[in-house]
Amino acid sequence: MNFPILSSLILLPTIGALFIFFVRSSNSQYQSSKYVALFITLANFFLSLYLWIVFDKSIVDFQFVEEREWISGFVNYKVGVDGISILFILLTTFITPICVITVNATIKNRLKDFLIAILILETFMIGVFCSLDLVVFYLFFEAGLIPMFLIIGIWGGERRVYSAFKFFLYTLLGSVLMLVAIISIYWITGTTDVIKLYELGIDSKYQNLLWLAFFSSFAVKTPMWPVHTWLPDAHVEAPTAGSVLLAAILLKMAGYGFIRFSLGLFPDASLYFVPLVYTLSLIAIIYTSLVALMQEDMKKLIAYSSVAHMGFVTLGIFTMTQQGIEGSIFQMISHGLVSAALFLCVGVVYDRLHTRLINRYGGLVSIMPKYAIVFMVFTLGALGLPGTSGFIGEFLVLMGAFKKNILVATIASLGVILGAAYMLWLYKRIIFGKLINEDVKKMVDLKRFEIVTLWLLVLPIIFFGFYPEPLINSIEVSVANMIDMNDLDKINKLALGD
Amino acid sequence: MENLQLIIPELFISIMIMFLLIFGVFKKNSSQLVYNLTTVSLVAALALIINLDAQIQSSLFNNSYNIDSLARFMKILLILSGIFVMLSSSKYIQISKISKIEYPILILCSILGMMVMISSNDLIVFYMGLELQSLALYVLASFNRDNLLSTESGLKYFVLSALSSGLLLYGCSLIYGFSETTNFNQIMVNTKEIEYGLTFGIVFILVGLAFKISAVPFHMWAPDVYQGSPTSVTVFFALLPKIAALTVFIRFLYIPFYELGDQWQMIIIFLSIASMVFGAVAAIGQKNLKRLIAYSSISHMGYALAGLSTGTTQGVQNSIIYITIYLVMNLAFFSCLFMLKRNDEYYENIDDLSGLSKNHPLLSLSLLVVLFSLAGIPPLAGFFAKFYIFVAVINEKMYFLAIVGLLATVIAAFYYLRIIKIIYFDPEKEKFESKHNLGLKFTLVASTFFILAYFIYPSGIVDIISQININ
Repeated sequence: MNFPILSSLILLPTIGALFIFFVRSSNSQYQSSKYVALFITLANFFLSLYLWIVFDKSIVDFQFVEEREWISGFVNYKVGVDGISILFILLTTFITPICVITVNATIKNRLKDFLIAILILETFMIGVFCSLDLVVFYLFFEAGLIPMFLIIGIWGGERRVYSAFKFFLYTLLGSVLMLVAIISIYWITGTTDVIKLYELGIDSKYQNLLWLAFFSSFAVKTPMWPVHTWLPDAHVEAPTAGSVLLAAILLKMAGYGFIRFSLGLFPDASLYFVPLVYTLSLIAIIYTSLVALMQEDMKKLIAYSSVAHMGFVTLGIFTMTQQGIEGSIFQMISHGLVSAALFLCVGVVYDRLHTRLINRYGGLVSIMPKYAIVFMVFTLGALGLPGTSGFIGEFLVLMGAFKKNILVATIASLGVILGAAYMLWLYKRIIFGKLINEDVKKMVDLKRFEIVTLWLLVLPIIFFGFYPEPLINSIEVSVANMIDMNDLDKINKLALGD
Repeated sequence: MENLQLIIPELFISIMIMFLLIFGVFKKNSSQLVYNLTTVSLVAALALIINLDAQIQSSLFNNSYNIDSLARFMKILLILSGIFVMLSSSKYIQISKISKIEYPILILCSILGMMVMISSNDLIVFYMGLELQSLALYVLASFNRDNLLSTESGLKYFVLSALSSGLLLYGCSLIYGFSETTNFNQIMVNTKEIEYGLTFGIVFILVGLAFKISAVPFHMWAPDVYQGSPTSVTVFFALLPKIAALTVFIRFLYIPFYELGDQWQMIIIFLSIASMVFGAVAAIGQKNLKRLIAYSSISHMGYALAGLSTGTTQGVQNSIIYITIYLVMNLAFFSCLFMLKRNDEYYENIDDLSGLSKNHPLLSLSLLVVLFSLAGIPPLAGFFAKFYIFVAVINEKMYFLAIVGLLATVIAAFYYLRIIKIIYFDPEKEKFESKHNLGLKFTLVASTFFILAYFIYPSGIVDIISQININ
C-alpha cells in the first residue's frame, strides 16, 4: 500500500480548483464548474470513507504516514492519521459537498470564485487534521485564513468588511505567538516532528510558556470566552456556506489542536493550567448561553450557542479523562453536524424572506411542515436530547467532569438547561405562533436540493445518537494511548522525585 | 599582475556605459535603442558573472576588492533585479515622456556603483562605489523634471543623502584614525581593544548605512522619494540599493566589526524593532500606493536587519533569503502598478484599485497573492522569508525581538488587507487598459508564480544561500 492516500486527499480539492480556474467559462457554464466542484468534493468524501474503512482501529500508531523532505535538514512534510484525526477528515469531506450543493440558492455573483475558495479551503482544512509536523500544521492552520477572509468579505452581508477584518486579525494575532513557540520547540528539542516529540517529551520548565503560546492561538480559534467576539460577527455576515464551514470545521481545528498539541506535547503544563481552562469554559457555557437567550438575530443566536458548545469541548478535553476527551471529540463531530445544519436552516428561510430577525417569522409550521420537521431534529440535536448525537457528547463530557470536580460539572450541567431554553424558545418563536406577516405566508416549503442536504445531516445526527459505537470505536484506542503516555510521564517523574 | 578576469563583469559594464553614452549622443532619436542595448548588456553581464567560478574566494588590488560567494550571489541578484526592472518599466518611461538616453545609462552607472559596493573590502573603495550609485540615483529621482514632486524628491534625496554620506565618511575617518588602516580585514586585526573613538566611528557608519537602507529613524526621505520619483525609478529604489546596502551591512558587521559585536548588536536590534513597528503603523493611513510601499519596505528592512542582529552566519544567510524573497514580492507589486494605466495615464492611489477584481480578475489575483505574501501569510513565499528570520532570531534566544516582529506583522497585515478589501469588496470603477507589453507581463507572471509556488520546493534557495560563507 504505497498509494499516498492522504496527500491525494489534500491535493484533490486544489486540483479541482485549478481546473475550475483554468477552464474559461461564460455565465452559462457556471453550472458545469459547480458540477466539477461537486464531483471533486464527493470523490474526496468517498476517498476518506475508504480511508476510514481500511484504517485499523486497534493500532495505537499513526497510520498512512507519508514523509518527504521539505525544507532541507529542518522540516519534513509529514502527514498521517490516528483514530482522532480521521474523524475530523471525514467530517470535513462530508460537510464540504453539502456546502457546494447550497451555493445555488445563496451565491448570486462570482460563483466560480466562490467554488475555488471553498475547494482551496478544503485542502487547508484536511491538511490541518493530518499534518504530523508542527510547521506543516501551522502552515495549513494559517493558510485557511485567506479563503475564509475572502468568503466573508466578498459574499457576506452588510457589515462583511468589518467582520472579515476582525476574523482575520484576531486569528492572526493569536497564531503568531504559536509560531514563536513552534520555532522555540525546534531549538529546544531539535525537531518539529510530532511523533518524535511525543517520544522525546519537552522539558517541563519550558512547558508553561509554550502551552500559553499555543493556547493563545487555539483559544481565539475555538473561540473561548473573552476572545470569542469575532465569531458572532463572522457568522452573521458570512454567506450560508461560509458559516457552515466556519462552525462545522474551522472551530474544530482548535479543539483538535488542544488534544493533539496542548495535551500531547505539554502534559505537565496542561495539568497546571486546568483551573484556567475550567474557568474560561464555564464562563463560556453559562455566559454565552445567557447572551444567546437575548439574541434577536437567528445566526447570532446559533453563533453564541456555538461558543457555549465549544465550552463543553474545552472542558471535556481538560478533564483529561477517557470519557471527557472522547466526549469532547464526539461533541465536536456532533456540533459540526448540528451547527452546520442549523446554519443551513437559517439559510433556507433567509433566502425566502431576506431577514434573520426572529420576530419577523412565526407560524411557519402551517406553511412549511417539512422544514418544521428537520428544524426540530436539529434543535433537539443542539440541546442534546437523548437519541441525538448531541446528547452523547455532552453526557460523556459531564461524566468526565464529575470524575474530577463535582462543582465544575454541576455548573456545566446548568449550561445544558440554558441550552435547551434558548434553542426551544428559538424554535417556538419561528415555527409556532400565529402567522401574521403577509410576506411570511408566501414562503414555500423546502425545495428538492434543500431536502437532500438537510436530510443528509439528519441521518448521521440520529444514527450516531442511537449508535455512537463507530465513532467511539475509532477514537478509543488513540485517546487511551494519549492518556497512558502522559500519565506514564508523570509517574516517571514522580519516581525520579526530587 | 592582478587577475582582471575576476572583474570582467564590472569592466564590461563600464565599457558599455561609455560606449552607450557616445552612441546615444551621436545617433539621433536613439533613446529606445539605448534602452534595449542596456537591457542586453545587463543580460550579458549576468552571463559573465554566472560564468565565474562559484567557489572562488580571492581578492584584488591589495586585498581591497573581494570576489567571493557572497559578492557573486548578490551581484547575480542585483543584475537579475535590474533586468526585470528594465523589462517591466520600458513602456512606462515612454508614456511618461522620460525616455531619454541618459536614463538607462544612469541606471547602468548606479548598478556599477552597487557592484563595487558589494565587492568592496576597503573603506575607500566602498565609499567610491557608494557615491557612484548615489549620484546616479539623485538624478534619476528628479528625472521627471517638469513634475514638481519629482524635483522635490530628487532634491530631498540629495540633501539628506549627502548628509548621511558625510556622517559615513566621518565614521570612516574615525575608524581609520583608530586602526591605522582602511582595509576591512586589517581593521579587524587592529581593533581588538575598544576605544570611544572607535565606537563613534561604528555608530557613524551604521547611521550612514541605515540611511541608505531606510531604517527608522533614518527613513524620512523614503516616502517622499518613493512617491515623487517616476514609478520606474521607484521600483529601482525599492529593489537594487537595498541589495547593495544590505551586503555592505553584512560586510561591515561581519568583517571589520565582528569582534565588536557588543558595540553594534543593540544598535541593530533597535533599528530593526523601530523599523518593523514604525513601518507597520505609519503605512496604515497612506492613500498613495507608492508611499505605502515605501513604509512597507521600511518595515521589511527591519526584518532583514533582525536577521543580521543575531551575529550568526545563519542569521546572515536568512537575511539574504529574506531580501531575495522581498525583491520578488516588490517586483510583482510594481508590475501590477505598471498595469494600472488608462488613456496614457498611470494611477497610483489606493482608491483607484476599487473593485478591480470585477474588471481584471487575473491582475487582482496577482495583487492578492503579492499582498498576502507581503503580509507574511502562509503558504506564500513571504511567510517563509519571515519564518527563516525568526528561526535565526529565536535560536539566539532573542524572544523580545521575535515577538515584537511578529506582532508588527499583525499590524502590517491590516493595511495589506485594506488594499485587498478595496480590490475585492468595493464597488467597481472604470476599466483599465488590458494591453501590456510582453516584458511587463512576463515579469508579473514569473514573480507571482515564484511567490505562489515557493512552498513546493523551499529548499532550492536555502541550499544555494547556505553555500555563502561570510568571513
